Formats: sequence, structure tokens, C-alpha cells
Amino acid sequence: MTNAQSRTHTIVKKYGNEMLAGWMNELSGSLRTDRRISQSELSAQTREFLALLETASSSDGIQNLEGAQWTPLRDFLDSISRSRAEQGFSSDETAMFIFSFKKPLFERLRKDFGDNPQLLAEETWNATELLDKLGLHTIKSFQRAREAVINRQQEELLELSTPVVKLWEGILALPMIGTLDSARTQVVMESLLQRIVETGSETAIIDITGVPTVDTLTAQHLLKTVTAIRMMGADCIISGIRPQIAQTIVHLGIDLQGITTKATLADALALALKRMGFAVSRTKG
Amino acid sequence: MARNESLPLASEQDIVLARQAIRKAALQLGFSIVDQTKIVTAASELVRNAVVYGGGGTLKWETVAQNGKQGLRLTISDQGRGIEDLTLAMKDGWTTGTGLGMGLPGAKRLVNEFKIVSERGVGTTVIVTRWK
Amino acid sequence: MERIPILGMGRFLLVTIQIEMDDGVALRLQEDLTARIEKTGARGVLIDISALEMVDSFIGRMIGNISAMSHILNARTVLIGMQPAVAITLVELGLTLTGVKTALNVERGMALLAASDEDGEDASGQE
Repeated sequence: MTNAQSRTHTIVKKYGNEMLAGWMNELSGSLRTDRRISQSELSAQTREFLALLETASSSDGIQNLEGAQWTPLRDFLDSISRSRAEQGFSSDETAMFIFSFKKPLFERLRKDFGDNPQLLAEETWNATELLDKLGLHTIKSFQRAREAVINRQQEELLELSTPVVKLWEGILALPMIGTLDSARTQVVMESLLQRIVETGSETAIIDITGVPTVDTLTAQHLLKTVTAIRMMGADCIISGIRPQIAQTIVHLGIDLQGITTKATLADALALALKRMGFAVSRTKG
Repeated sequence: MARNESLPLASEQDIVLARQAIRKAALQLGFSIVDQTKIVTAASELVRNAVVYGGGGTLKWETVAQNGKQGLRLTISDQGRGIEDLTLAMKDGWTTGTGLGMGLPGAKRLVNEFKIVSERGVGTTVIVTRWK
Repeated sequence: MERIPILGMGRFLLVTIQIEMDDGVALRLQEDLTARIEKTGARGVLIDISALEMVDSFIGRMIGNISAMSHILNARTVLIGMQPAVAITLVELGLTLTGVKTALNVERGMALLAASDEDGEDASGQE
């Protein structure tokens, strides 16, 4: 297989610039109206790809893309995938970057080996295999990057949707809205604990009025959070337990272990104020 | 990035060193503060066992990867008496939890994967992993 | 020889744990504290663990011991400044510090001690 390596290398080295033009042609066609990426940027990317490909194919091991000599090229494709993902491209648009190189490469191969069908077939096959592998790597990398973007967005959404609010001096409230999954609950709880320490608040009220259902795992997280809050020396009241959730709690056999619960946030606030020695009185009317 | 690192465990000071080393490794891997604390606490328990009950041993730690996620794996081994009744040792006896005994069930709860091998007269090895 | 400092604050004593705890340090602390309680007649002890990034069963045991010893000498103990990560880990570990009350900071800790002092009753442990 050594011959195949050196041939790819030779072709890329010798006809790089010519193929670049053909490649850019292909790419410009598909990305014609796309303003997310400029011609010059695209041109620079294709140039770098070819340069890295030339270097990588100059040594053995063309079959195994995991090899060390392919690392620079793989890293380069990773960075392209990342930027495409963040710019909102789709996975096939991103993969087209690689696959559109096939046309100019095959044209070149035809010119060089046209009179030798056997060799042409072999070279075409090698080229296809290589580009397919690189294309797949790009897609995988794109998907990972895309997931990272989504995760980050979820986190940001999380922070926005579950703020810790100060109801009174020493009383914090955490109104939770929407379904609670494990990960979300953990993150939110940690930030509540942090705020309790920062503000030195004696009481934290976790309101779950906006939570339609609670499963065993979430209930356990809630319980653990309340326990942690008490362990730190503060108090915790859970408010807004809907009838359905009350039923779920009993059916799941969850023991609330003496945790104070109130039907509404208002009731919880009244209790917290009372415990702190406050009394509310009307001064007018 | 912590790759393959190890620390001999002989005295109480080594327990402190072990904690610092694991804290550093967890920090480098980008674990959250809570997860860092969990793995460091588990390490503290297990390393203390090795020093106090196992007559000394070794702590090894390494970064591991699986399905695109990263983790920290700790291996604590000693050549002590070995644990007579593993089932009993792993039993969660106390909710009052003053921490008597070897703290194994507790440490197990702080990690994602827990494996223990112990043979009487040969020694004990505990391998725990915490994923990011 | 490392020693954990004990500060006098009125009727109470403040112990701030900032160094790594080992058997030796723990033992010395117990000795120093019991002696100080006896000498000053202190009614309360605040143990500040805000500098501790980790509490394992050993430290938990030690705190429990200090609390028990102080109690015998008629002083109540309050643990203050527990970090969130520590609290979460302790809950996961299953370590409940029975017999030890907790408070968020020095002010609340002193208020708690003062209250239980007035009651003159047995302060039951908080979970």
C-alpha cells in the first residue's frame, strides 16, 4: 500500500493549486448565497487542508486515520467543524467541505492515469476511501461541537429560568418552573446553597408550583438539598406542592423526614417571617 | 492533565498529600466544585483505610475516557490483613453515621464506579471512578 | 507542633479550623479545648469550618467527639460556616452530625448558643 500513499502525496503536491481552483468552484456553488463564511476564509481553509493533507500523506499509514501524522489534519477539521457548528451550519453543509474536493481530485486522477484503467480504479478507490474517512471524522466532530453548543444554551436557559430571589432580609426563594431533570435540579440546588451562604439567609423556600411532575430521582435530589441546607445551619420550606405531586410522593414511598411543606409560597413566607420573630401589621385603612 | 500518577501511602501526612493530589487532578480535569469535593472525600476515606488498617499501600490515579466523557480513576491498594467479611464492610450500618468502621459504603456513594477486591492475608484494592 | 487556636469571645470560645487535621492535631485540640472550657467556664463553643473544603468521616468523628466532650463539661457546640460542597457531600456520604448544631456564621452561631444557654436545656442535635 506504500505506493498508494506516495501517489496521493505526489498528486497533491504537484497539482495542489490547480485542484484548489476546482474545489473552490464546487464550494462556491453550494455556498453561493451564504454570508456566514467569506470567500477568502473558505479559500484559506481549502489551502490549509491541502497543505496538511500533503504533509500527512507523505509518510506511511494512510489506512489508519488515527495515526500521529494525521493529527494536525484531524485537529484542523475539528476546528472547522466547531466553527461551522457555532455558526449554525448543518452537518451536511459542513461535510460538503470535504466531499466537494472529490470532483477536482478525480478529474486530476483521470488525467494522470486515464490510460491505465486498473491503476485509475485503484487510485480512485484510495482517494474515495480517504476522503470518506475524513468526511466522517468531520461529521462526528461537528456533532460533538453541536452538542456542546446545545448544552451551553441549556445551561444559560437554566440560569435564566430558575433565579434565586430574596423575599426578605434572610429569606430566599427559589421558584422552580418546568420539569426537573436530575442534572438541572443538581445545578440549581448548588446555586441555591451558594446564595444562602453568600447572603447568610436563614430560610430558603423552594417553590414547586410550576413543576407538573416529580419522579423518584428528582424527589431524592430535593430531599438531599433540603438536608444539605439544614446541615449548613439554615432552614428550608418546600411550597407549592400540587395534589398530584403529593400523591406521587406518597405512592413512591418518599419520606419527607420532617421537612416543612406549605401549599403556597405565601404561606411559606408567612411561616418564615413568623419563625424569625416578625409580625405583619396594617398601618392604614 | 493527570495521566498516570502515584503516591506511596505510609503515614498520616500521606493522607493529606493524597487529598491535595486528587484535588489538583480533579481541578485540572474541570470537575465542578461539588464533584471535586466528592472525589477528594472518597479518596480521603479510602486512603485512610489503607494507612490505618492496611498497614500502608499505594494510591494511583489516572484520567480515563469512555463514550466521549472524561473521568478520574483512583486505585488504592494495600498489602494488609484483607477484609474478612466484605459484605459486612459494605453494609450501610449507620444512619447516625459517626463514621465508625471503614467508611466504604459512604465512599461508594460518592463515586460512579466502585470495585473492591480483598483477600485475607494478602491485601485490599479499591478502584473508584468519578465521571465528569 | 501545629495547634489550632482557640479564641475567647465573651462567654463563648471560637475554634477556627484552618489547617489540615490529623490524629495529632485533633488530639491536641481536644486537650486544649477541654482545658480551656474548664478554665474559663465557657458555656458555648463555636467551631468554624468555613476554611474546610472537605469533611470526611474522620473529621466528622472528631467534631462529634469535641461536641460530646464539651457537652459533658456543660458547654454547647455549634458548627459554623459549612461550605455548600461540603454539605452536599456529607449528605451523600450519609454522615449526619447528630449532637452538633449548625449555623451559617458567627453571628447566628452566637445567637444560637445564647438562646440555648437561656433555656438551660439540652440542645438536641440538628440534622
